[in-house]
Amino acid sequence: MNVFQVLKPGFLTTVQDLGRYGYLKFGVPVSGAMDTFSMVAGNLLVANNPNDACLEITLLGIEMQALTDTQIAVTGGLIPVKINGENAPMWQTLTVRKGETVSLGKVAKGCRSYLSIRGGINTPIVLGSRSTYVRGKLGGIEGRPLKAGDIIQGFSVPPLRDCFKMPENLVPQFTGNFSVHVVLGPQADMFTEKGIETFLSSSYTVTMESDRMGYRLEGPQIEHRDRAEIVSDALLPGAIQVPGNGKPIIIMKDAQTTGGYPKIAVATTPDLDMLGQAKPNDTVRFFEITLEEAYERFLEYRRKLSGLAEKLIKTN
Amino acid sequence: MNGVYLSARYLPFGDAALTVEFGTVINLAVNHKVIALNEALMKASIPGIEELVPTYRSLLIRYDPAKITYERLVAQIREVEEKLKETPREKKRKLTVPVVYGGVYGPDLGFVADYHGSTESQVVKFHSGKEYRVYMIGFVAGFPYLGDVPDEIATPRLETPRLRVPAGSVGIAEKQTGIYPCEAPGGWRIIGRTPIKLFDPQWQPPALLKPGDTVKFKPISEGEFQRIERLVAIGAYKPQFEE
Repeated sequence: MNVFQVLKPGFLTTVQDLGRYGYLKFGVPVSGAMDTFSMVAGNLLVANNPNDACLEITLLGIEMQALTDTQIAVTGGLIPVKINGENAPMWQTLTVRKGETVSLGKVAKGCRSYLSIRGGINTPIVLGSRSTYVRGKLGGIEGRPLKAGDIIQGFSVPPLRDCFKMPENLVPQFTGNFSVHVVLGPQADMFTEKGIETFLSSSYTVTMESDRMGYRLEGPQIEHRDRAEIVSDALLPGAIQVPGNGKPIIIMKDAQTTGGYPKIAVATTPDLDMLGQAKPNDTVRFFEITLEEAYERFLEYRRKLSGLAEKLIKTN
Repeated sequence: MNGVYLSARYLPFGDAALTVEFGTVINLAVNHKVIALNEALMKASIPGIEELVPTYRSLLIRYDPAKITYERLVAQIREVEEKLKETPREKKRKLTVPVVYGGVYGPDLGFVADYHGSTESQVVKFHSGKEYRVYMIGFVAGFPYLGDVPDEIATPRLETPRLRVPAGSVGIAEKQTGIYPCEAPGGWRIIGRTPIKLFDPQWQPPALLKPGDTVKFKPISEGEFQRIERLVAIGAYKPQFEE
């Protein structure tokens, strides 16, 4: 079923779900929404499953025309939303009529906005996921970002009678300053005490060399004990590698699956989702927590996500 | 002890994964242990384990902390690990990979020869004269890390990696050799190219090779390369596996 036609694709707009799990051993990255929380919220606002595919919009919005009556929600990075030229709110169910245009402006806070469509986006499932992995040409629409003229397919589902909005206090705020809680290791022992101290006490800046694969950070050099290389082992999103120049790299969703630089620490799951909203010139500070603390925070975050549907407020 | 641990190290990897590390070096015994633990854990199907990623020297285990705590998981993995045999019974599969060496297909073949004060044909002879072990699949979809390359042709990476290495390129990096399944940036010394396909999301499993497999390179002519390339394009090429 044709739901939208793309008029302007924006800077980098891709189809993403929660990711492609289980294929790391074949060299296939996880991919999926960079900011899971916002994507899941977007799905819930149109009563979709949390894993239904959405559009991830990077920095500059998309313009599309509805080919049928539908409902959408826009979440994530703060972005102006217009339906047929009229301002529309983020973080709530929006009704779009056939022929109307939906246009999103520039992301003003954060980096990535999510547009969910009632019923989800229908693209072929590749290795268990609809997520687009552009570099590997997998998933989404022909494994590439959207372009003008693309038709976004959906599923035929009954429209929602009840519309929803996110309670104000649950809407994440993206300030450009990220506090990232980390668990040290697996290769923290390859750094000097001074190096660890530098890592945990300095403010780092996200550089232009940052994308869905990872963020290169600029800031004080982290001192290695001896070698700055390891025999390659596995990577996961959140891993923080430090190559020979002492500047950390945060591994993100489309990263290569193995790497040869020592990993000083790994960002915890809730903060990794927030980091999905980091853009060049934002600042990042790292805070060490114990595995026990990380465990508590993980469970709390999981509860927050699974309880989100009940917290939404009916708007009609 | 030479980067091979007497007992495995269990290391937290953030809040939802851990690494079981058997050593810090590229070593057959270490890689055997990784693969043996990987297979034993696949059979054990411990609740909470979501994904296993074997590499040269360690096994990454992704788990759901809502289903199992780190401590309980480590205890259960240790139980499996302690029962592992010294050398696993790996099912041997050998793949012959046709390669056209040198020229536009292998722009660094001359460099590798010069680096060792040797000739291009000597390099080809050494590279294709040995069976290599698939230590792991990583980097990009379906990329096999193979070893060990003979000292006579082991060559350091490029100082500045290329932005684009064509699909099928066969490269050397120190004592490793590998095949680029798709176009990717890369710093390995490219000595040849294979027309065969190593990854296809439609295959089950999607990668042609897996850790523990054996690879042997076979020099072919440019004409043969083009003939196989056409067969691959129409899906009529059968990879040559010996069990």
